[in-house]
Amino acid sequence: MGEEIRTGEVTPGIDYIAIENSREFRHLRNTRRSFVLPVVIIGLVWYIVYVLLASWATDFMSTRVIGYVNWAVVIGLAQIVTTFAITMWYVSFANRKIDPEATRIREQIEAEMGVAK
Amino acid sequence: MNTLVLTINEGIDPTKPGNPVINMSIFVAFVAVTLFIVIRGGGGKNKSGEEFFAGGRNFSGAQNGLAISGDYLSAASFLGIVGAIATAGYDGFLYSIGFLVAWIVALLLVAELMRNTGKFTMADVLAFRLKAGPVRVAAAITTLAVTFFYLLAQMAGAGGLVSLLLGLGDEGMQSVVIAVVGVLMIVYVLIGGMKGTTWVQMIKAVLLIAGAAVTTIWVLALNGFDLSELLGKVVGNTGEFMVASGHDAAAMLDPGLKYGGTNWAKIDFVSLGLALVLGTAGLPHVLMRFYTVPTAKEARKSVVWAIWLIGLFYIFTLVLGYAAAYMFDPTIWAKGSGVPGGSNAAAPLVAAALGGPWMLGIMAAVAFATILAVVAGLAITAATSFSHDIYANVIKKGNIKPGAEVRVAKTTVVVIGLIAIVGGIAAKDQNIAFLVSLAFAVAASANLPTIIYSLYWRRFTTRGALWSMYGGLISALVIITFSPVVSGSPTSMLPTADFDLIPLSNPGIVSIPLGFLLGIIGTFVGKNDDDPAREAEMDVRALTGIGAEKAVAH
Repeated sequence: MGEEIRTGEVTPGIDYIAIENSREFRHLRNTRRSFVLPVVIIGLVWYIVYVLLASWATDFMSTRVIGYVNWAVVIGLAQIVTTFAITMWYVSFANRKIDPEATRIREQIEAEMGVAK
Repeated sequence: MNTLVLTINEGIDPTKPGNPVINMSIFVAFVAVTLFIVIRGGGGKNKSGEEFFAGGRNFSGAQNGLAISGDYLSAASFLGIVGAIATAGYDGFLYSIGFLVAWIVALLLVAELMRNTGKFTMADVLAFRLKAGPVRVAAAITTLAVTFFYLLAQMAGAGGLVSLLLGLGDEGMQSVVIAVVGVLMIVYVLIGGMKGTTWVQMIKAVLLIAGAAVTTIWVLALNGFDLSELLGKVVGNTGEFMVASGHDAAAMLDPGLKYGGTNWAKIDFVSLGLALVLGTAGLPHVLMRFYTVPTAKEARKSVVWAIWLIGLFYIFTLVLGYAAAYMFDPTIWAKGSGVPGGSNAAAPLVAAALGGPWMLGIMAAVAFATILAVVAGLAITAATSFSHDIYANVIKKGNIKPGAEVRVAKTTVVVIGLIAIVGGIAAKDQNIAFLVSLAFAVAASANLPTIIYSLYWRRFTTRGALWSMYGGLISALVIITFSPVVSGSPTSMLPTADFDLIPLSNPGIVSIPLGFLLGIIGTFVGKNDDDPAREAEMDVRALTGIGAEKAVAH
């Protein structure tokens, strides 16, 4: 099982280590990670709080808010709303902060590749 | 017929709703139209791997978003969740919420980076910088396991649905129906490939969401667009039954009806919740959908489309599930009551109660198309994984004749289809959403840790990946085997056997953390098989899209 067939062609002539260590690339990676990781964690924690409430705080969740609508239904629907909100937030972030930087770096590499050929 | 609350549509017998001839005519007409589309859309152009496996990478974000919704809103989401809410009340709604929130992980952490680094399968991403041979084999095995559980659920759902249309209460006949339907589905995949399947997914997603929307609005209109009134009717219809079985009269509205009482049941609920929210981003057939678009940005757009459509749909499931709970006698969902498919029949029965046999025929056809398309997507995923990862890259070490990869894939479709038929017959009395939650648990335990680590953790090694994938997979399978799902209760797959040693119906709470943990331990135990150039290339490629697989030009 020592095969070394890996995906993707290794692209000779491009120093990916140098690109990876470049200031622009590290900035792009940090920008992305410092948005994505905390937001995913907050989203998951909020969901797990909901699941725990539904299993151990059943008295609270069964309390009626309006008519027969109880907290369980309200918080459940709120989970759907927050998922929509996080989605829109991420898209607006990615369009503004990620795409322009990623495109710039890609075009830079592609230009260098053209020169190397 | 006296078991029914006759306020909606007199004369609907839940064991034989509608007229089998009308039901089947509408149904067959619909299936014929979709088959035609598949043959026109995908036939003859499936020679290359790019076409058969990734649909030419030419779908737009919106198209692919519809297709993702089509894939995701499987029988589990429609028949399964509605049935789960109809029988387990609020606890069934956890499926909707977990299935949706899960997309945050897929969108923010996985979709775009996968698109940029992979080609056809999940293993492509892992093999980018880890030792390809062993990693591909492991990923193909976990993919086949996830796909098996998912297919099982779809087959069981399809069998129940067709039996309902035909009015077949007999268990033996239902098994025959599952077998026939399964064979039909296999044929469908062989003809259609990924492109035909993607088109069916899109059409079906539109029909399913529209159908569910109409039914939901209809139900709400009957209740003056007042959710509270709807919930009140649920209590009115089920209260007596709930009190008689030792619950509060309003138990259907409160959490804990199914997963309440003991601490084990509550832990099981949390376990299910974890599996649902972490499974999506590890589902091979969902990951594969990220490759059918031309760029990472389109992958993002498609996920956003999917989230809106899926979220909307899951709001409908709440209304439809509670509609079934107030329209029908709560005792009819139990095994042996003669309702084909049990709780899985709740959604079509609501349609029948509202609009009679025509509505039933149409909604059942939409549900069937759903299953057909999902099975096709799953079968293609499994087949791709086997032929691309094991056959082409490991057995043949990349030296394959043109067309051989697709041919092997088609053989795999037949084999996995037959296995799923047998499993579907064994599992036909289980709720479909529940069966699918097992697939989610396996995906979250065996696939997700490795995907996340290989995209975000440079130090991650081949040994870490193997420990995580095999450890997550084996622990999940062992727990399922010794759980009440397989033996020890009347609804088990083997009701007469009794080896249910673990009181968890979902393994997630043990196997998911174990999968993540083994990835870390494996990485630090083994030697560092770093290939800095590869890691750097993958890192740069994932974020910038340089060198990513391009669309096929036409």
